[in-house]
Amino acid sequence: MPAVLNEAFVFILAAFLGVALITKIPSVLHTPLMSATNAIHGVVLVGAVIAMTATHGTLQIVVGALAVFLGALNVVGGYVVTDRMLAMFQKSRREGGSPRA
Amino acid sequence: MHDIVDAGYLAAAVLFILGVMLLRSPATARRGNYLSALGMLVALVSSGWSGPLHHALLMLAVFAAAAAAGVAVARTVRMTAMPQLVALFNGTGGGAAALVALLAVLRASAGRLPAATLLPAFVTLLVGSASLAGSAVAALKLQGIVSGRPIPLPGRHAVSGTLLLLALACLAAALVGVVPLASAAVVAGAASVGLGLWSVLPIGGADMPVVISLLNALTGLAAAATGFVLANDLLIVAGALVGASGAILTLAMGRAMHRSLGHVLFGRLQTAQDAGGGERGTVHPTSPEEVALLLAYAQRVVVVPGYGMAVSRAQKEVKDLCDALAKRGADVRFGIHPVAGRMPGHMNVLLAEANVPYDQLYEMERINADFPVTDVVLVIGANDVVNPSARNAPGSPLYGMPVLNVDQAKSIVVLKRSMAPGFAGVENLLFGLDKTLMLFGDARAMASAVLQELLAVV
Repeated sequence: MPAVLNEAFVFILAAFLGVALITKIPSVLHTPLMSATNAIHGVVLVGAVIAMTATHGTLQIVVGALAVFLGALNVVGGYVVTDRMLAMFQKSRREGGSPRA
Repeated sequence: MHDIVDAGYLAAAVLFILGVMLLRSPATARRGNYLSALGMLVALVSSGWSGPLHHALLMLAVFAAAAAAGVAVARTVRMTAMPQLVALFNGTGGGAAALVALLAVLRASAGRLPAATLLPAFVTLLVGSASLAGSAVAALKLQGIVSGRPIPLPGRHAVSGTLLLLALACLAAALVGVVPLASAAVVAGAASVGLGLWSVLPIGGADMPVVISLLNALTGLAAAATGFVLANDLLIVAGALVGASGAILTLAMGRAMHRSLGHVLFGRLQTAQDAGGGERGTVHPTSPEEVALLLAYAQRVVVVPGYGMAVSRAQKEVKDLCDALAKRGADVRFGIHPVAGRMPGHMNVLLAEANVPYDQLYEMERINADFPVTDVVLVIGANDVVNPSARNAPGSPLYGMPVLNVDQAKSIVVLKRSMAPGFAGVENLLFGLDKTLMLFGDARAMASAVLQELLAVV
């Protein structure tokens, strides 16, 4: 199988998996979901690191470093803020003595 | 060596998938996010092994600076500002993807790339740049730096169409090889930045839940396309997951607002023409004392919060009022419309921040059947999402939009600043019903006034 088809194969299967998983997530959690998937697309940071290892010349290094910066901001900020939100949901469960379970 | 790297990527992909899976319940969601973050760490460490690591120190320094900035912002942002922050991180992800694609083009030996790499590189560049620019504008609008009102732009579609054509022409020229690859890439990226700016600028604040979801999907696609450029399956899997998530949320938000994606993106600003649905009855203004008395003897109470509650920062006062009612033995729940707020699920986060237990938060579908047996509904800063015209006035622009059926409750109290219409510019017949009382004023001040009166009732 040519490489491109192989990659398309992976992409399609992952997209179907994504649809199956995401439709099960309640709307209560849609903001954290969006923030969490936001952090996940920060995985382009991995791409930036790979691309950066083979750069030559100032221009390429600057472009690569900028990509690493944006990707890292996306990853770190995304995970931290998602955790902060989810901690609030957890806390609101523990402390709020709800009459309805 | 490459086997180890690939095994690391596989582990990371599994951790991402498990992480998303655990988001199914508020009880497990935080663990899911940890797993996902662990996956990211595994992926980053693996990528470090993938070859001779040049510029490692520079990368570490840049990473540290970005991480410090990210943590600082993420720790301090207010929950009301969450949509801006999500838009911002969306943009950085899209920008990073576009830059990686640009780097692949710049590194192309002898200025040539095989079509199988060139095509995804341009897709990444175009989608990533548009996402970066669109997200930046969305964040500025949400922050109020750029007006959040719908802005009519002259020649809106002509300009967008020209920019899109220019970007595609660059791609075609690069494929044929008639222009230098790097110049084509730079021009295409610039055109796409313009397209992102120009497309999001005219869109009004109330449509933001759709826009943010769409930008999220675009950045996911850009990440997946980056995977095609670098032949990296992890990026493809992660990007596809995010793309699917963004696409589903976009459709869900559009359905909940009764606006198609085309309407949001290509305009037709909704105007308040003939609202339909007949005349509104006389409005009955009320006082905090009267509301407190009504609530004091209610068995079942449902609170319907809208963005107006968040604007006046009344979450804590509303939560205190609900606690006082629960202490008196009332059953208090929150009925939440999917588009309450500026991004999907935003209202739930605002209430969770005020320590409202999430099992008191009810989605529209779960609470609508309960309104006929509800004694009092407290509508706080919501308008269009409780308009009965959406159900029974075929002439109304809102007709067909899913709404909370609060008009079926025994009595309704609406906390609102004034009689100004909601985003759709449509008259709300709910406000004129005989069983509806209007409590005019700032939501925060009124909620605490009602609470004071309630505590005075023995």
